[in-house]
Amino acid sequence: MSPDRVSRRAVVGAMAAGAAAIALGPDHLQAAVAAPQTKPIPSTGEQVPVVGLGSWSTFNVGKDTQLLDECTAVISAFLAAGGRMIDSSPMYGSSQATIGYALGKLGHPPVFSADKVWTSSGAEGPAQVQESRTRWGIRQFDLLQVHNLLAWEEQLPMLLAMKKEGKLRYVGITTSEGRRHEEIEQVMRAYPIDFVQVTYNIQARQVEQRILPLAADRGIAVICNRPFEKGALLREVEAHPLPPMAADIGARTWAQFILKFIVSNPAVTCAIPATSKVAHVQENLQGGSGVMPNAAFRARMAGAVAAL
Amino acid sequence: MSEWWTYRVADFLMYSARTWHRLIEQYNAAFWPLQLFAVLLGLIIMALAVRAPAGQGRAVGGILAVLWGWVAIAFLWRRYATISTAGAWFAGAFGIQAILLAWAGPLRNTFSFGVRGAAGWLGVVLLAAAVLAYPFVSVLAGRGIAQAEVFGMMPDPTVLGTIGVLLIARGGWRRRLLAIPVLWCMVSAAMIWALRQEGG
Repeated sequence: MSPDRVSRRAVVGAMAAGAAAIALGPDHLQAAVAAPQTKPIPSTGEQVPVVGLGSWSTFNVGKDTQLLDECTAVISAFLAAGGRMIDSSPMYGSSQATIGYALGKLGHPPVFSADKVWTSSGAEGPAQVQESRTRWGIRQFDLLQVHNLLAWEEQLPMLLAMKKEGKLRYVGITTSEGRRHEEIEQVMRAYPIDFVQVTYNIQARQVEQRILPLAADRGIAVICNRPFEKGALLREVEAHPLPPMAADIGARTWAQFILKFIVSNPAVTCAIPATSKVAHVQENLQGGSGVMPNAAFRARMAGAVAAL
Repeated sequence: MSEWWTYRVADFLMYSARTWHRLIEQYNAAFWPLQLFAVLLGLIIMALAVRAPAGQGRAVGGILAVLWGWVAIAFLWRRYATISTAGAWFAGAFGIQAILLAWAGPLRNTFSFGVRGAAGWLGVVLLAAAVLAYPFVSVLAGRGIAQAEVFGMMPDPTVLGTIGVLLIARGGWRRRLLAIPVLWCMVSAAMIWALRQEGG
């Protein structure tokens, strides 16, 4: 079974980028990285790149100027390589402030800002959103999600009201590692949310059964967190050679192999791997470009990983 | 937190190993050469506890109270809390231990010292390891002396040394004073395990 074919235009574009990279030399390779593919947000049709940037753990660097500058380099490389969605949460320590520091240093480039509300008190929700905006240094968020469904009965109406007032573009809910999926489904059925964020990767495939089909049916965009299980999945598979089938989809690393598996699922909008390394963010974004596997090929990919 | 039992220890680790080690390095750089004074205090505690001159309970308790208070404020509250929401709670626990040590030592003079039996000698070994050997763990791990964890400056060697002192000590307060250090050992072991899981 062969993977889906990319368009002729994309191939020509990639060849042109490669030629430019050779002509310009190593210093300009970053600019020549093939941009990730995009997918539409079902509720509006707005296109977003299929690989975003998470911030759990990696961007929680406190006030360490050296690490703040390293994170700035990661965000700079992410944006230069065609990335747009950056995801964070008040739960992630200083990650929001790190993103704000980086965006300030980079001159406030356009990003798709995704953050969360994470408080058990409904009354504290608006103040937390305000605090998060201040940390990011932005006027308003593109997307706010109820983190891990915490007090969602109170937070979700607040976010939907913000959207109605034009203070927010998209509303979502999140969970991770298969928790509270029944409740997630209830919210997906009962509320006009734009996004749902869940854990999905080549080993953690629980959402394929009900969440992803429901999201497709309801027109809800899907963000996939923990694509590499906080690095544990990569450490596990990288003990083995990349299977030959990886070449058929242009995956040169395990990270790209796994990302292509995730974002090629028609119900998935994007994945948000977190990293603190420029080389990794570029590698990840390339995982969202080029040839993508179809359903049968994805099944073979999952089988190959399961057999390791 | 709902379904808390489904979370792993690593899920509670909010920062990377690199951030943790850089935090220690910057803290050490900010207060150098205070580390030498802290080690000197550790050596004084060793001498007082092992040689057991009269009145040593007040002095040892007082020095330990100051060191626990320093770690609570200078490291846990001012530094660690910038990368961990648990930092403030840990600082509070260390502050409580500082108060208890001050109460048991300088204020009430509840314990005396004398190396007796296996527990006493284990206490001497733990105290010596905390003061003299612990700073070199980072060197052996390949991270260099700049990231050394020093007794009286960082939580782990301070806790280890305090447990050593309490094993040498006699008196009704010592068991109560072991509660927070023993709890910290469990917390710290979990954090170290989680950091190692991600290659730190």
